[in-house]
Amino acid sequence: MCIDCGCASADKSNEVKIDGHHHHSHDPHTSESRKLRIEVDILGKNNEYAAKNRSVFSARNILALNLVSSPGSGKTSLLTKTLTDLKPSHAMAVIEGDQQTANDAERIRETGVAAVQINTGKGCHLDAHMVGHAMENLGLENNSLLFIENVGNLVCPAEFDLGEAHKVAILSVTEGEDKPLKYPDMFHAADVMILNKVDLLPYVNFDVEKCIAYARRVNPGIEVIQLSATQGTGMNHWYQWLDAKRPHQQAKEA
Amino acid sequence: MHEMSLCEGILRVIEEQAESQNYHKVKTVWLEIGALAGVEVEALRFGFDVVMKDSIARDAKLEVIHVPGQAWCMQCMKNIEIAQRFDACPDCGSHQLQVNGGEALQIKELEVE
Repeated sequence: MCIDCGCASADKSNEVKIDGHHHHSHDPHTSESRKLRIEVDILGKNNEYAAKNRSVFSARNILALNLVSSPGSGKTSLLTKTLTDLKPSHAMAVIEGDQQTANDAERIRETGVAAVQINTGKGCHLDAHMVGHAMENLGLENNSLLFIENVGNLVCPAEFDLGEAHKVAILSVTEGEDKPLKYPDMFHAADVMILNKVDLLPYVNFDVEKCIAYARRVNPGIEVIQLSATQGTGMNHWYQWLDAKRPHQQAKEA
Repeated sequence: MHEMSLCEGILRVIEEQAESQNYHKVKTVWLEIGALAGVEVEALRFGFDVVMKDSIARDAKLEVIHVPGQAWCMQCMKNIEIAQRFDACPDCGSHQLQVNGGEALQIKELEVE
């Protein structure tokens, strides 16, 4: 028997204290139950943080991109190649998301570009709040490019807006060409699909046309860039895309 | 498994509202989940029980209101219902579709005391 109110429950595990009083889940001192219509978006909090990030990007004329893919698609190789090639002409920074280790941020820093690593621990995606804090630690430059490399996962990051201008989905030809159909939410959310490792096409069973058709089924407007980050093929197409997406107005130096 | 963080988001809303709406226990939570919201309802139910444990919603019942996916067919110039993002228009077979419904993820209502 419970010593506080004399009820039959001896199970303290489902007990809470509210305002110093003692309550049970089967609260015998019932109060009136009522219904509240609240209509709140579950992702509302994340979207607020994303809007805040987006307004920082816009005020400072920063093109922020959210890079999403499965693990092993070559995201980090694409990034290190991009940073090395564009470093002479572009100000850039990188936010790296992984469950564990700072290996990727170290690979990025070897190119001489600033990078912050976020370890999500058990988390399967970056959220806008984490990115906001990472931005504070980065010292972003006006008129720069910010690459946010999300956790390798084609499912969860689709649902979390980080404040980016575009999601960039990277798919390598060593994966299945039907991935856009298997993970439709991600390819729907992305504005561009990068087909990486095209130098391996002669050795793998990957139908490029079919893959593009699948991607356009879930997202009729998706752009496609075919390249090989290790061989350099097609990288110019990617750089042209980046320059075309950069905001035209230059932010005044603060 | 982003359903777990969605549940944490639900709990955050419940706790915020508890103060302003003056309740100390949540008995039922009604969620509206669109067919295209990218949510696995069974994973959400599992996460819900785990996350709500030790909170004011620990015994709360989760009620899911399913909302079908909807898209505008650019060929037929009308709204149609779809179950997946890669579905074709059931009338003309086109994939030129603009999704315009069934992506929401909302806490509709709470039963509280």
